[in-house]
Amino acid sequence: MSERAAERLVLLLFAAAFLAGIALLVVYLLGGQTQVEGVLLMICLGGIGAGIVTWAHNLMPTRIHIEPRGSVATTPKEMRRFEDALTEEAGFSRRKLLIGGLLGAVGGLGAALAIPVFSLGPAPGRSLFETSWREGASLAPNAGTPEALADMPIGGVFTVFPDGDASDPNSATLLIRVEPELLELDPTAAEWAPDGYVAYSKICTHAGCPVGLYRASQHTLICPCHQSEFDVLRGAQPISGPAARPLPQLPIARRADGTFVALGGFSEPVGPSFWNMTWD
Amino acid sequence: MTERNDSGVPDRVMLWLDQRTGAARVLRTALRKVFPDHWSFLLGEIALFCFVILLATGTFMTFFYVPSAAPVTYEGPYAPLQGQEVSAAFDSVMHLSFEVQAGLLMRQIHHWSALTFVAVVVLHLARVFFTGAFRRPRELNWLVGFGLLVLALAEGFTGYSLPDDLLSGTGARILYSVLLSVPFIGPWLASLAFGGEFPTDAIIPRLFVLHVLFLPALVIGAITVHIALLVLHKHTQYRSPLAREDNVVGRYFWPGQVFLSTGLFFLTAAVLAIIGGLFQINPIWLYGPFDASVVASPAQPDWYVGWLDGSLRIFPPFEPVILGLTIPSVFVPGIVLPGVLFTIVALWPFIEAWMSKDRADHHLLDDPWDHPVRFATGLAILTIFGVLTLAGGNDVLAFYFGTDVHALTILFRWMSLILPVVVWVVAWRFARARSSGGPSAGAGELGDEVRRAGIGVRRNPAGGFEEVEP
Repeated sequence: MSERAAERLVLLLFAAAFLAGIALLVVYLLGGQTQVEGVLLMICLGGIGAGIVTWAHNLMPTRIHIEPRGSVATTPKEMRRFEDALTEEAGFSRRKLLIGGLLGAVGGLGAALAIPVFSLGPAPGRSLFETSWREGASLAPNAGTPEALADMPIGGVFTVFPDGDASDPNSATLLIRVEPELLELDPTAAEWAPDGYVAYSKICTHAGCPVGLYRASQHTLICPCHQSEFDVLRGAQPISGPAARPLPQLPIARRADGTFVALGGFSEPVGPSFWNMTWD
Repeated sequence: MTERNDSGVPDRVMLWLDQRTGAARVLRTALRKVFPDHWSFLLGEIALFCFVILLATGTFMTFFYVPSAAPVTYEGPYAPLQGQEVSAAFDSVMHLSFEVQAGLLMRQIHHWSALTFVAVVVLHLARVFFTGAFRRPRELNWLVGFGLLVLALAEGFTGYSLPDDLLSGTGARILYSVLLSVPFIGPWLASLAFGGEFPTDAIIPRLFVLHVLFLPALVIGAITVHIALLVLHKHTQYRSPLAREDNVVGRYFWPGQVFLSTGLFFLTAAVLAIIGGLFQINPIWLYGPFDASVVASPAQPDWYVGWLDGSLRIFPPFEPVILGLTIPSVFVPGIVLPGVLFTIVALWPFIEAWMSKDRADHHLLDDPWDHPVRFATGLAILTIFGVLTLAGGNDVLAFYFGTDVHALTILFRWMSLILPVVVWVVAWRFARARSSGGPSAGAGELGDEVRRAGIGVRRNPAGGFEEVEP
């Protein structure tokens, strides 16, 4: 490209950038439109960029220069002088005890600094082992009534909370109705499944996502985060995917009016595992 | 310089400044700094430019964002959510997207820039890795760059969570579960990080402070060190007839390199502007506000977290109880595996020096296949990340291909074990065959350029210049 042509091209690009900038302002004043603004902004920025690059490529010296390069390291002699300056002149080699004392004091300060760190959150205590389910709590949908569950069809599923209070999301529980004769629960768990209604924690035992999908035809619960699958008929045992622990089952009974009541809390921690969950 | 600079305003300003700072001498050296020319050296620059654009668009958004989980009723123009209870954070992002003029444009440019930022950082890291630019004396700068990658990932994750939509809340929950799986101190760690048992109202304000203050400050500090070390070491260069271990061949910083870099900045911004304008990203109004007992499907994270999600998805259900201690199922795929992979990457300069016994300074770059073990290991690690990233979309892939997600998971389990080994062996053999003659000393791109220009200039030790024939 001749110098003249390059110059003209650069000017053209700069002019396009200028016009696009003005047009952008007009579009904005007319109420704005995201897509048009994006395109105009692209022309404005791109015009400047392409103009500058064309300028550099065609109208600037392309000479190659060579610069020497040495080692960055300090020479041994300078290194010795550095060491002298660092330790000898300051008398550090004669003050070992004081240096130790200073390090100890700073260590004490480090311990003191732990205080703000421990203020960041409460001690975990028993919170991971418990939910807000208590003996006598009614099963109810979020902000709903226990009666809403009374005539659930087979294959139906509800997310329920103790007395419908969803303030503790880790109490989220799935109440599912299946054909009673299909259930294959162990004897204790079978008592917690009146008339084919079973209640499992909704918090995945893998990474804590809500187990949000129920495939009624196969009686499996699926976690959409990592595709763990749990067998509703067999105590929510994991049957595929990364989860290794069944969803804990909530002990429930059915009242005369068809509503459900919890017989207690979950017998093991809900949600993802932690090292000391089986310690005590 | 007084006699030459006594006319004109810019010169007077320069003189005034120089008498107080001696800036002219320093600037002269900077303007004459030599930059080797190769497209792959621009990757780091593009990463820097993305970060600048992130700062600019991000600062704009902080003026509208409300970092609070407090419940409010949505009353904005988006009809499907009207009257619904949402968090103040979600409400403010809706306001920014629908009511603030150009707000959606800024938000989308920000999000696309973030995705590009991490991508270009990874490409830059791969360039430095495969050309051996990390070797002595640049090991420290490799570590700084690695730190920047980790910071970029942390910035991405914290930013992803701020809109407090259904999808981002899920990401925060998985992070909580991974923290919980840390041996012994997990419950404490998770509680301190989240201010209690998930979900808490503290998450949003904390992530906000990390995202807009703490992490950017660290990034800026690390970039400063990264560039200072680059200046100190001077740039590496590809092999060419003129390039030697004890010189730097290229164009002067001023005006050529400054103009090219400035142009590149505007071009980067232009591309991000049109992507941000035309391509929708993270439409939180379609996901809805965060609700701890609800989840969206399919739940997909941003691309750079996909490999971690994939690791969690395909790891077998393994949760042994040993001596009364439970090893949580997310511990190995969520902590051990990323920890091992990242440690290998971080320590690679030292691992390679230890294996090859090569502890000399290197300023001339290798072709990727010049070093078979490095080449093979780099590709194998990229393969692991690639397979895990695909596995992170196993539900989406299963849907598109009409296959069973369970079968895909098993396939990915085997692929993640076999494919890296296959890639390592093939790459190693390829590199061995290709590099049998030793490092190639043929004419590089720079040699061609010198030939075209017909002349080169060498700076001699006395400070003068002499011409060299190529």
